[in-house]
Amino acid sequence: MEILVCVKRVPDTSENEIALNPAGTDIERGDLVYSVNEPDNYAVEEALQIVAKVGGSVTVATVGSADDEEILRREMAMGAKNGVLISDKAFEGSDGKGIATILKTYVQKSQFDLILTGVQAEDGAAQVGGMLAAMLDYPFASLVNSIEVDDSGKLKIGRETAGGNQEMNEIDLPCVLSIQTGINEPRYVGMKGIRQVASVVIPTLGCSELGLAPNTVGEAAAKVKRLNYFVPALGKGAEILKGSREEKIDKLVGLLKTAA
Amino acid sequence: MIPIFAYIEHQAGVADDTALELASAARAIDSGATPVAVVTGWGKDLEAVSEALGPSYGEVWKIAHPELAYPNAELVRKALLNVLPRGGVVLAPHTHFGTDLGPGLSIKLNSVFVSDVLAIEGAEGASLKIVRQEFGGQISAQVRCDISTGAVMNIRPGAFKPLEEVRAVGQVVDKSAEAGELTARRRYLETIVAEAADVDITKHQVLVSIGRGIQAEENIEIAEELAEALGGAVSCSRPVVDAKWLPKSRQVGSSGRTVKPRVYLACGISGSFQHMAGVKGSPVIVAINKNPRAPIFQAAEIGIVDDILEFLPELTERIRNPQTEQMTRKHFA
Repeated sequence: MEILVCVKRVPDTSENEIALNPAGTDIERGDLVYSVNEPDNYAVEEALQIVAKVGGSVTVATVGSADDEEILRREMAMGAKNGVLISDKAFEGSDGKGIATILKTYVQKSQFDLILTGVQAEDGAAQVGGMLAAMLDYPFASLVNSIEVDDSGKLKIGRETAGGNQEMNEIDLPCVLSIQTGINEPRYVGMKGIRQVASVVIPTLGCSELGLAPNTVGEAAAKVKRLNYFVPALGKGAEILKGSREEKIDKLVGLLKTAA
Repeated sequence: MIPIFAYIEHQAGVADDTALELASAARAIDSGATPVAVVTGWGKDLEAVSEALGPSYGEVWKIAHPELAYPNAELVRKALLNVLPRGGVVLAPHTHFGTDLGPGLSIKLNSVFVSDVLAIEGAEGASLKIVRQEFGGQISAQVRCDISTGAVMNIRPGAFKPLEEVRAVGQVVDKSAEAGELTARRRYLETIVAEAADVDITKHQVLVSIGRGIQAEENIEIAEELAEALGGAVSCSRPVVDAKWLPKSRQVGSSGRTVKPRVYLACGISGSFQHMAGVKGSPVIVAINKNPRAPIFQAAEIGIVDDILEFLPELTERIRNPQTEQMTRKHFA
């Protein structure tokens, strides 16, 4: 099976405090730690497990710039055979539909049986997978937490639904699935793996390679635009306890006694 | 006036709480809006929901089809494409179903898509300004959408107050004949219900809930000891289950259990809306987190900025040995 996993480089929320920059125009990016979006990493692991079982290979692709190449390399160190950087100045400022349009063009020039995305990006809207499927006219399923492959040309998949339940579906190939965290346990990527792919060539595809008309993507074509970031006027919020740890514990114990 | 349609989720003949929230959201787009409720399904349950929505919505479009008895987003999308006019706004709740439906529907309708909408700040001609969040709720953003060819919007459950207006007349319009041929390349098989567990967190009055901040499986013991000292149980957020450190039955949230304790200690939990959606009944929420910007501090009553790995053991110690407090005071008085 030839599997495409669309990945994104994002500020790592578990490693960062996200704050507004002093000008109030963007988040403060100076000290941010970036990594591959967590659900995307689970998607790559799932793809690797599938090809280990049925053969084929995994391609990871991202729409971005040279900075984003590092996550492609990391996923290749994990085992993805091919990495593709989809990049062009004309793509800057694309909204979700723009990104999906770009990916659609890449998919149509290739031969993939299965396309995976992560369920949502840290700075995203859980939209590109569903949009891509609709553009390609492939069936789609989001929040996928289990995939069973056989040789029938169909997959049996589980979707996470409310209350911890799992909705089981059968879906025809080719299809697009958005993957939820926890579907598997992503393998560790060590320095050795990173070194092995350090000099592998990652091709860059732009507008001309993809045959994309620049006016269909990018800022000018975007119909959904983020105007700013802001910290909302804090409502009631928590009473933040002050003092030494001991004093806070004192106060908390008092409160717990009243509450319980 | 742009036509607005609200997709109604329902179960066992009762509309979801989000049904009337969507009506409010429609008013925020256009104060004079008379949105149409759209309900898909089959049989008595569908009839009951459609009738019940009349007083709130004025007009209810009912789409009955045996294939829609279970809400398969791929089939619902096809039906909606056959029934809905183009150029309008379609509202659906931001849920496991709504997020499965929305993006693809927007592409087929050739309209924009907006996800997880928290607030609608107003429309100026074909431009709509909304508020949503990024980074697990750590920061908010104003987003402008060009809705000249319509929009599909997933609305955050609970973000809008349910509309309480009652109309004199509500009519149910049967649109079933327009649904068309409903086959899809994704077919629903069955639902596997979440397993029962040795510890039922929904039955506990005090929960010590842990998140990513617990950092390692061996640290969970710290939370267990505190829970024991308080006569409660340990629950958790998603990352702890993803790491396979606790079973899914301990997960609190929209994709896990709904709990109603008297006291909820959120330890090293960021406080995403999906997690907090599982905490009901207005308990005393105490948040302990290293990150002063964690969204949990908005939801909590009491906040402590500290490392749970150091704070919890000391808290447990104090609860077990109240005399220690007096001893300390005696020593340093």
